[in-house]
Amino acid sequence: MSANNDSIGKTITVTVLLCVVCSVIVSAAAVLLKPQQIANKNLDRQTNILAAAGVDYQGKSIPELFESTITKKYVDLATGKYTEVADPARYDAKKAAKDSELGIKLDKAKDLASIKYQAKVMPVYLVEDNGQIEKVILPIHGYGLWSTLYGFIALEGDLNTVVGLGFYSHAETPGLGGEVDNPNWKALWPGKKVYPEGSMEPALGLIKGSVDSSSAKAKHQIDGLSGATLTSNGVTNLVHFWMGSNGYAPFLANLKAGGA
Amino acid sequence: MSATKDVLVTPLFKNNPIGLQILGVCSALAVTSNLNTALVMTLAVTVVTAFSNMFVSLIRNQMPSSVRIICQMTIIASLVIVVDQILKAYAYDVSKQLSVFVGLIITNCIVMGRAEAFAMKNPPGISFLDGLGNGLGYGVVLIFVGFLRELFGAGKLFGIEVLPLVNDGGWYLANGLMLLPPSAFFIIGIFIWIVRSFDKQQVEAPEFELAKNSKKEAV
Repeated sequence: MSANNDSIGKTITVTVLLCVVCSVIVSAAAVLLKPQQIANKNLDRQTNILAAAGVDYQGKSIPELFESTITKKYVDLATGKYTEVADPARYDAKKAAKDSELGIKLDKAKDLASIKYQAKVMPVYLVEDNGQIEKVILPIHGYGLWSTLYGFIALEGDLNTVVGLGFYSHAETPGLGGEVDNPNWKALWPGKKVYPEGSMEPALGLIKGSVDSSSAKAKHQIDGLSGATLTSNGVTNLVHFWMGSNGYAPFLANLKAGGA
Repeated sequence: MSATKDVLVTPLFKNNPIGLQILGVCSALAVTSNLNTALVMTLAVTVVTAFSNMFVSLIRNQMPSSVRIICQMTIIASLVIVVDQILKAYAYDVSKQLSVFVGLIITNCIVMGRAEAFAMKNPPGISFLDGLGNGLGYGVVLIFVGFLRELFGAGKLFGIEVLPLVNDGGWYLANGLMLLPPSAFFIIGIFIWIVRSFDKQQVEAPEFELAKNSKKEAV
């Protein structure tokens, strides 16, 4: 029997048949489950945006709440003006960053957040009330110790006060750098100011140890994560990068001046 | 004990894939920082081992022996992709935490080992049970390790606070080491120690014994 199985013809027949059957199963699973997976990803993203904006979403339908409170727009980072993208439903800033037309390669000197490639157009999320901007939620990312941290920072209508910050994807050390997910630490962010008076150079960042609340700089400082200096530096760098002139600063300046 | 029950129960403690065979330790370090991921990983590995055993056994008489490992891999890899897709669709949060380790079930020695050692020689039904037993044996260790790591590392079980942490105004100072992968080595070691002190048969004969000093008075 085994001699027969090992003939060239049988070997090829069996392996080809096996591969065909397996590939049919795998592709069927991938295709059938795709809509559910995309829905999950969107839901996750929307939940994080709502969480960063400080909207209470417990027990509510996330997609409905998202539709009713948040407006999504696209911003050209270089000019800081609103722009349109060709296919909004499929635009992915992560993919665009590596595209030769839609993205740019950053020089080392500019690349504070160590992301190497940046999309020219980024989505921004607005909470509006009768045309007045109440909150702006900006996607940010940058390198920590082990991984790229992806998250959102939300600002008040004055475009300077932080409403919240949260990361939805990272792989920092649990218990040390992973404490970026700790609600107590995240609670330190609201109320802090990104920019000093009359400047568009971001000052907000993490410091070593605890913030001395009597210090004049306290409004730009966040407690560092203990035991996670490199993750803390990473967070400071990515905030500086995205809130700086290569990030959203031109857009925020335009908004402040009256419109983008 | 009937042969069927034997196949299912022996891998739990008597012939545990991690405890006695020392297979699949890598993923046991990675996914046990909390009980939730440990449990889902157990389910995933059990399903994959059981079904891969069954399918390998089904076609064992047709399988060309020269490419049998590749054929087994094809089956295992397909099953793992299907499991990964299902997790992404129905348990998104956990699949995000497990990330790459679901995909790495393909390279888990337990799955390959059982396909080659058991399923190639036995009919599908009993092979399925053997896979189930070994998956659960892997799970016993995972859950044991996950329980201790989550309890002492984060003061929680299944994400529910059991020991109130100092950070949140309680009294328990979390042991950060427990959240790092190396701690799983210690816990798996303790697990093996406990199992072997009850079941002395599992203790291997020492491979090397220090000889007695031959010139004791020289110094």
